[in-house]
Amino acid sequence: MNSSRLAQRLVQLGFLGAVVLAWYLTTMQGHINPLLLPPLGSVYREFVSLLETGQFWPDLRTTLYELAIAFLLAAGAGTLIGYTVSRSGYAIKVFDPLFAGLYAIPTILLFPLYVLFFGIGPASKIAMGATIAFFPVVLHTTSGLSYVKEAYVTAARSMGASPRQMFWNVMLPAAFPVLLTGLRMGLILAFLSILGTETIASFSGLGHQIVELGENMDTAKMFAYIVFVICIAFLLNAAVSFAEARGQRDLA
Amino acid sequence: MTETTPAIRVEGVTQAYGAEGDPRRVVALQNASLSIAPGELVALIGPSGCGKSTLLHLMGGLAAPTTGQVWIDGEPVRGPSPQKVAFVFQESALFPWRTVLENLKLGMDFQGVPKAQRDRRARESLHAVGLSDFTDHYPNQLSGGMKQRAQLARALVLKTDILLMDEPFAALDEQTRMVLGEDLSVLLARTGKTIVFVTHSLVEAVFLADRVAVFTARPGQIKNIISVDEAHPRSRSFMTSDKLGRLRNELYELLHDEIRKTMGLSKSEAAASGKPLAAVQEGEK
Repeated sequence: MNSSRLAQRLVQLGFLGAVVLAWYLTTMQGHINPLLLPPLGSVYREFVSLLETGQFWPDLRTTLYELAIAFLLAAGAGTLIGYTVSRSGYAIKVFDPLFAGLYAIPTILLFPLYVLFFGIGPASKIAMGATIAFFPVVLHTTSGLSYVKEAYVTAARSMGASPRQMFWNVMLPAAFPVLLTGLRMGLILAFLSILGTETIASFSGLGHQIVELGENMDTAKMFAYIVFVICIAFLLNAAVSFAEARGQRDLA
Repeated sequence: MTETTPAIRVEGVTQAYGAEGDPRRVVALQNASLSIAPGELVALIGPSGCGKSTLLHLMGGLAAPTTGQVWIDGEPVRGPSPQKVAFVFQESALFPWRTVLENLKLGMDFQGVPKAQRDRRARESLHAVGLSDFTDHYPNQLSGGMKQRAQLARALVLKTDILLMDEPFAALDEQTRMVLGEDLSVLLARTGKTIVFVTHSLVEAVFLADRVAVFTARPGQIKNIISVDEAHPRSRSFMTSDKLGRLRNELYELLHDEIRKTMGLSKSEAAASGKPLAAVQEGEK
């Protein structure tokens, strides 16, 4: 790491440190109602006990289960439909703007309808997550596959590639970095919308737990859960970025 | 004495884009006829957009002509014939997600070469173009000249009788292309392949080719064919010879007006008065 990168990291760490320090200082004296902003120490104790008791497991399991199913549905449908659309110039002209337009709609507003359709359990969260994650996946799949450099296709054709060889050996690897970007966006959006909808109407899940703690004025524990979710999000992001970087390194 | 079947025969070929009567219809190539003997090296030269690359694609079966017919070894062309024809393209058409060696192997996989032969043949071909030390490099790790060598290797490894090259050195600097041109002359003389290549460089055309086909401006027609009577492989001394210079000038005379037409210029005042164009532009400011 060169010195300017190091300096950037230090500033970033310093910023986070300042936020935590400000929190610590303002809550230390008891001037602030601990129901609104609990002291750092009590949040820390709640967080440690959360990890020790493992009481987060049922909620984490629900949320990750919803995320996994929603993501698989979005990824499967998105790549399949994206691939089909990319096969014809006409379909691209029709469906690409259509999907892009639908993507711009605040889909989250459909959630009350989804609760009506799928109930208050995980199914409505899965449906919401899958709907929202579908769009970046389908849009990236279409554009990735339809903008493969003409030179690669011509070269493969001149060497006698069959349609099947063309897809697996040329189209897919050429579009892969773009496909991965769509999948990464899909996963992150699914996670956000599942957490969000859990806070609106649900029986379990991390979002549900946080809202319940808030409503019970158990603010310290609520903050502990928020920190926990931030950690999960961070891990998820790191894992996906790692996979993406690897995929692009292997193919680029 | 019987006439040998031409390796490539093009008869009255026209290629147009857009429907007849459409004002945007572009005729890229008009009524081109050309016959190329086995083992012959022919350069196609002409102004931009004159249909040289189009003709090359038609020869390789990558496109079908609007009218006319192309034959390879006496057989009508109906699509790519990877067993007979290999291509080298202008920009790097190497697959960047595969190493140089894997690029060569994939070409053989497409063409249907048995798996057991692929590795050995790929290495031999890379050795022939001087890339033995770069087998496991990715295309992005290579210089422009090396990329074109690798593309040439990928075409040579297919062991076709015909090699079609679409401005293979266009993206390279003058020195690199000269060295590559020399290497190519030696290499190709040895393989005895029939070669057609498109170029913008007059010197390159004369240095490498047995015959140079000169195209008119769009709609492209073959205006003239010049023979370069010089044995292969050609040495560096040919590069600086009077003969090459004379042929180069002859080509330039043929091309001169066509290039002006392409640029949308009539015979300009500068050309008429013999003043260099830069001086005219200076005067306009």
